[in-house]
Amino acid sequence: MRLRVDPIACEAHGLCAELLPELIELDEWGYPVIVDAQVPAALEQLARRAVSACPTLALRLQAQARSVSPGRELAE
Amino acid sequence: MTLPRLLTGVTQSPMPWDRHLQVHGDPQTNQRPEELLAHVKRSGLRGRGGGSFPLATKMQAVRRSRGTPILLVNGCEGEPMSAKDRLLMVCLPHLVIDGALTVARAIGADEILIAVDELNVRAGETVQWALTQRPELRGSGRVPEILWTPSGIVSGQESALVRWCNDGIAKPVAVPPRVTERGISRRPTLVANVETLAHVALIARHGADWFRRLGTVEDPGSALVTVTGAVRHPGVYEIALGCTLRALLGSAGGQSEPVRSLLVGGYAGTWIDATEASTARLARRELSGLGTRLGAGILVALPASACPVAETTRVAGWLAEQTAGQCGPCVNGLASIADELADVRDGSAGPDALGRLQRWCELATGRGACAHPDGTAAFVASALRVFAVEFLDHMRHGPCDACEAPPVLTVPGRLAAA
Repeated sequence: MRLRVDPIACEAHGLCAELLPELIELDEWGYPVIVDAQVPAALEQLARRAVSACPTLALRLQAQARSVSPGRELAE
Repeated sequence: MTLPRLLTGVTQSPMPWDRHLQVHGDPQTNQRPEELLAHVKRSGLRGRGGGSFPLATKMQAVRRSRGTPILLVNGCEGEPMSAKDRLLMVCLPHLVIDGALTVARAIGADEILIAVDELNVRAGETVQWALTQRPELRGSGRVPEILWTPSGIVSGQESALVRWCNDGIAKPVAVPPRVTERGISRRPTLVANVETLAHVALIARHGADWFRRLGTVEDPGSALVTVTGAVRHPGVYEIALGCTLRALLGSAGGQSEPVRSLLVGGYAGTWIDATEASTARLARRELSGLGTRLGAGILVALPASACPVAETTRVAGWLAEQTAGQCGPCVNGLASIADELADVRDGSAGPDALGRLQRWCELATGRGACAHPDGTAAFVASALRVFAVEFLDHMRHGPCDACEAPPVLTVPGRLAAA
């Protein structure tokens, strides 16, 4: 599973970094920096909690990266 | 056939239909879609709007998607230092229309929109004029339409154009589906730059092998480059990809005064040192080795008489204002970068200003819905690298004599409040 942030939806509530500090840090403006997008199995439960805690539904867990095609992936 | 290709017979005034036929011959817009697609694929043509994405891959993606496709011709040209798309629309509109009709046919599109910056009235009106001359469009209910778009560097981004059509908001989106799957009116949408389509116009006539006769195996064909700054004859030039930067400067008449550095790729591009640049070739692999890319085809020669700190600071300030205001890392990161740069220029920055700038450039990269923060960060980070001495000098001593010199890098003037 991979962690992704929808940068438009994100409003810097910061709950994700609190619930999943192993993979998410906050920048100086409070927006999440994903340290490692690949979620280890041991952290999957916590990652799901972080995803459901996001007030703007900006944090997502995706099965795997999509194939390469035009346009831009969700920012990691 | 050698150069020029696209620019054959170009003059200051729009080339009319009969003259266009004399110069280039029949447009060959009636080839079978599969045949055209095969030509484009074999030609290796990549997008000339900045993304360098293979056109055939986009065309195939649109053809695979469900629904009747729309072709969106991108003539927005939001990069202030670029003039090549405007030149094509104003002087060679039929070449762009040829390419658009050809690609529309190849992907099965029944609708063509041509996006033009609302301030670029002349380009839009010239294309409109050219459309009235096309015999194949007479009496047709499917005449391409001009889509006037808000001015700005972000509004010409492909998802922003689609959103402008759908919702009247010219801002990028972050969430799939891609526009090739579901774009304008939920239909598969192909967004292609006007120069890319002009190349298709000639590929349809002469074939893929002909196209590959110029350029390199990896970067085939010719390309339009806008060359400005300290050159004798600033303007738009057509070059074979893979030629040296020195040759490109040569086609613009060579340096008009000593050059300190070159800006390659425009305001989302990067600075490179004039000495390391002189022998570099305009090919993706070689340029990426220098940490840069041709982008939308822009080269600015910064004269030694200009202040690179003042130039970079002014442009970074404008780029920060160009944010769509949607993504936190872009809104905050670019504003912080612009403010800190201004402090550095004025000699009022704290001791770790350059470290902070470096960190903010990293933080702005890869965290927006579009590539605007990435491009701005790359531009600023390259300036910190190439002009390290000048930045330190400004931090210690404040503005230099050249800070007040007339700008080499221009930013669009603000419009009076409506």
